[in-house]
Amino acid sequence: MENLEPLANEAKAAIAAAADSAALEQLRVDYLGKKGQLTGLLKGLGKLSAEERPKAGALINVVKQELQDLIGVRKAELAGAAVEEKLARETLDVTLPGRGQSTGGVHPVTRTIERMEDFFTDIGFDVVEGPEIEDDYHNFEALNIPAHHPARAMHDTFYVDEHTVLRTHTSPVQVRVMESREPPLRIICPGRVYRCDSDLTHSPMFHQVEGLLIDEHSSFADLKGLIEDFLRVFFERELAVRFRPSYFPFTEPSAEVDIQCVNCSGKGCRVCSQTGWIEVMGCGMVHPRVFEFSGIDTEKYAGFAFGMGVERLAMLRYGVNDLRLFFDNDLRFLEQF
Amino acid sequence: MKISEQWLREWVSPALDSAELAHQITMAGLEVDAIEPVSAEFSGVIVAEIISAQPHPDADKLRVCQVNTGDETVQVVCGAPNARAGLKAPLARVGAKLPGDFKIKRAKLRGVESQGMLCAEQELGLSEESAGLMELAHEAPVGTDLRDYLDLDDKVIDISITPNRADCLGVIGVAREVALLNSLEVNAPNLAPVAPSIEDTLAISVEAADGCPRYVGRIIRNIDVSRPSPSWLQEKLRRCGIRCIDAVVDVTNYLLLELGQPMHAFDLAKLQGGIVVRPAAPGESLALLDGQTVDVQPGTLLIADQSGPLALAGIMGGKASAVSETTTDIFLESAFFAPNLLAGRARSYGLHTESSHRFERGVDFQLQVAAMERATQLLLEIVGGEAGPVREVVSRADLPSRPDVELRAARIEKVLGFRLATDEVERILRGLGLEVSAGAEGWTCRIPSWRFDIAIEVDLLEELARVYGYNQLPVRHIHADLQMRARPETDLSIRYLRRHLGARGFREAITYSFVDPELQRLFDPELVPVALKNPISAEMAVMRTSLLPGLVSAVVHNVNRQQSRVRLFETGLRFAPGRDALQQVPTLAMVCAGERFAESWSTSAEAVDLFDLKGDLESLLALTRMPSDCAFEAAERAALHPGQTARITRKGQAVGYIGALHPTAGARLGLGMPLYLCEIDLAVLLEGARPEFREISRFPEVRRDLAVVVDKTVPARQLMDAVRAASGTYLTDLRLFDVYTGKGIDPKRKSLALGLTFRDHSRTLDEEVVNLAMGQVVDLLEKNYNAELRN
Repeated sequence: MENLEPLANEAKAAIAAAADSAALEQLRVDYLGKKGQLTGLLKGLGKLSAEERPKAGALINVVKQELQDLIGVRKAELAGAAVEEKLARETLDVTLPGRGQSTGGVHPVTRTIERMEDFFTDIGFDVVEGPEIEDDYHNFEALNIPAHHPARAMHDTFYVDEHTVLRTHTSPVQVRVMESREPPLRIICPGRVYRCDSDLTHSPMFHQVEGLLIDEHSSFADLKGLIEDFLRVFFERELAVRFRPSYFPFTEPSAEVDIQCVNCSGKGCRVCSQTGWIEVMGCGMVHPRVFEFSGIDTEKYAGFAFGMGVERLAMLRYGVNDLRLFFDNDLRFLEQF
Repeated sequence: MKISEQWLREWVSPALDSAELAHQITMAGLEVDAIEPVSAEFSGVIVAEIISAQPHPDADKLRVCQVNTGDETVQVVCGAPNARAGLKAPLARVGAKLPGDFKIKRAKLRGVESQGMLCAEQELGLSEESAGLMELAHEAPVGTDLRDYLDLDDKVIDISITPNRADCLGVIGVAREVALLNSLEVNAPNLAPVAPSIEDTLAISVEAADGCPRYVGRIIRNIDVSRPSPSWLQEKLRRCGIRCIDAVVDVTNYLLLELGQPMHAFDLAKLQGGIVVRPAAPGESLALLDGQTVDVQPGTLLIADQSGPLALAGIMGGKASAVSETTTDIFLESAFFAPNLLAGRARSYGLHTESSHRFERGVDFQLQVAAMERATQLLLEIVGGEAGPVREVVSRADLPSRPDVELRAARIEKVLGFRLATDEVERILRGLGLEVSAGAEGWTCRIPSWRFDIAIEVDLLEELARVYGYNQLPVRHIHADLQMRARPETDLSIRYLRRHLGARGFREAITYSFVDPELQRLFDPELVPVALKNPISAEMAVMRTSLLPGLVSAVVHNVNRQQSRVRLFETGLRFAPGRDALQQVPTLAMVCAGERFAESWSTSAEAVDLFDLKGDLESLLALTRMPSDCAFEAAERAALHPGQTARITRKGQAVGYIGALHPTAGARLGLGMPLYLCEIDLAVLLEGARPEFREISRFPEVRRDLAVVVDKTVPARQLMDAVRAASGTYLTDLRLFDVYTGKGIDPKRKSLALGLTFRDHSRTLDEEVVNLAMGQVVDLLEKNYNAELRN
């Protein structure tokens, strides 16, 4: 029994010094295992007298418990250190960029059309599309633009044959809707349109969004309200809007709509040719002749139509300074939207 | 139309400055495009007379002129070829300031003293170019300030007149508008008849009264065409953008601008017999004033004499009968030609004249005699002569009818959204020249002869709104009876698709719908595309039968600008000429070229291949929830790689294709890298299936892998379909997880590794069931595909 204390001290030192869990396990076997030294001492208790035996046994068990605890503590220490080490090894430079595809996106014209569609569908308009190669009747005739009408000269039409054109506006879609549906109608018609004209400010192909509202109680006042609302939500600012009398064969009264220049807030700049105003769209009350062509009762119903160039509005909204950029499809341009 | 502000103010002059006036008429519908001063800024320039012009002693091209300034004679050295004794020309005196802040100083030119500068129009900013000194009229008062003499403190108002407002294609019409807007009266010029001093008349026979309801003519004899128009008249024409020719033509142009009445003067000596207004007979031709000779289309209205055509009625006069330096007697024409019969006629000859522009839109049909009197009066003042009596041939039945138009008060409120006071309605309508009589529900209006755009009630509503002021009209928010609309869950939004492609790295492009026929032929050689009759250029001459030519060109554009990785898509119509009719098919196309991933620390620089694009396309098909409706099968197509092209079918119908650009086609487009492309009918991608719940099995799955060696020619898809069919009802998933060719495999064969997953809803599958299924699969592959099992 006199070896108990040195043995305990030796074991404690060894446990504290154990470098890994394997060494620790070896120590457990060496001291506490079936053939371990402390177990050996317990086995030697039989040689002691009956009076000494319980006391000595208790002492050995105390040491045994103590060593077991120490091994447990040391084991946890070693496990913790191993985790630490693993974590340290796994440290990344978290500032490196993430992996994966670069993102693409939609064309600014699409982006603009989608915004417009949202404003109008929110208040009950349907989006309708139609053919781009159109017959003369739907593009002109049914819109009160008979052959040789001077207004045709305003359109610079692309012809496929004598009776077939590339639509010069999306109004023929409205005609098709009026032919096939009963009022009340609230629709907008986005899409490509074509004019035989190409220079700095004209593209032979561009996009329009046209709208049509027909019901029993709409008037020019409603048209003004709708257009003013639209322009304010589109540009997300309060801006002055003015209506100027103009002429379109398919509406009467007709108006061109000017907004206060969004570039200079009306002070006068290059964008607005120093006038402080920018023409953004045309509109008017649907001409009774147009209703007659589509078989709509001109006494019962009233309606209005409006149309705008998408590229023009996109240019004003995003500050694009060259119309041709929209169709170059240069990634350096597209990536900005 | 350009109009001189001074001229307008002779008719009506409101207390507004130029800008206010321009704004006022713009807001009434006569849009002012520009207001420009008629001359540049200059001062110190007077009317002077060259007394003598001697050659410069030391310079061939210079002349030394003695110039009378009114109070003294000064010496001026001048290089203009027309500097001659007796000429009246502008003189910029010492101290004068010319446009461009150019100050005139005393100078010596080649040793000769020069006190000032004789000026050309260009130097005074009066014209874009000039050949010599500005020649002033003989009666120009020497010493007068040129600005005062020419009344240069004037502005040109350029108004864009809409086609409905032909009445404003003359000063008179704009003046009427301005008078109404300012509650003023118009000061009309003297339109009183000129008493004939001779009896001479020319017979007028109108054989086409429908096209020419009114023809007014008059002979004027013994005129002196050498007398130029006075400077006030020349200046007015110049400011309105009309070139001065001779006094006779100038006067007719003056009437065109002032009253909007196109007129024409014939050299009486050149006319044979009387005037006949008739439709052209087949085979006639006419040499026009502009120098070209046209074959007259039958049906065209002609002014003719016994010998043949003299003029295209209302469009342009003929050269042979035109007034020239030798003319002494003229026949003056003032006619009304019917707009509907003249419409489009000028254009059919490639012409557009001041005259045709007005007649097509409508000239006041009561104006012809008054215009004739006014022109006679001016001509007699300027070129002298004796006027014969006015002859008028009129067919009242063919003159435009002007039925009365009813205006209902209730309609004003319904259409304009407010009630306009009765006296205001009447003030506006009367101000427009209408005769108005009030009735129980509204008014009956008689429409003046100059308004071709008022025929129905809404025309009057527009006039009321316009004159009252659009911006004074009320504003209201729309109100509507809202009803929920059907939104079929199986309709997929194109927006969803665009965003999905965006998230996969594709940029949306928008290319022209018309393409280069050569490029198109490369992709669709067997189709005859829809061609435009009047393309903007040869490269934009046919309608695309595929979105790919445009999209591939966009790739080339970007690659040429140092982009090494391009992914683009486009949606739009393709125009497919069909057997019966043209199909306008909504289509999606995608292209990709360059590196698979954007350059990054984490990925290696690999080039894309067909399966990148196919994966993108399949991900779109997956959005429909019905991807298995579509199949890909090897195919060939123009411009595509014969070994890397697949036709896409949906339920057996071809709906598109995918492939690699043929290297030869790529080289032709100047593209040095492989490019992958696909095109598919958009309808396939926009129709989806509604989700339907299936019970989730609580039992574990069993996975078995199988590697088989088969001929390279066996399509994987076919093999997998066979496996699926043979593996029984418990197969829940089939994956192709490896494709191997190379070492250890017959070069004509390939190894495919398949993973089969089995599961049942009601029990854990036992080995035997799975083994049975696997056995069936292996048997089938061995039997039908000459497959060997690989260990």
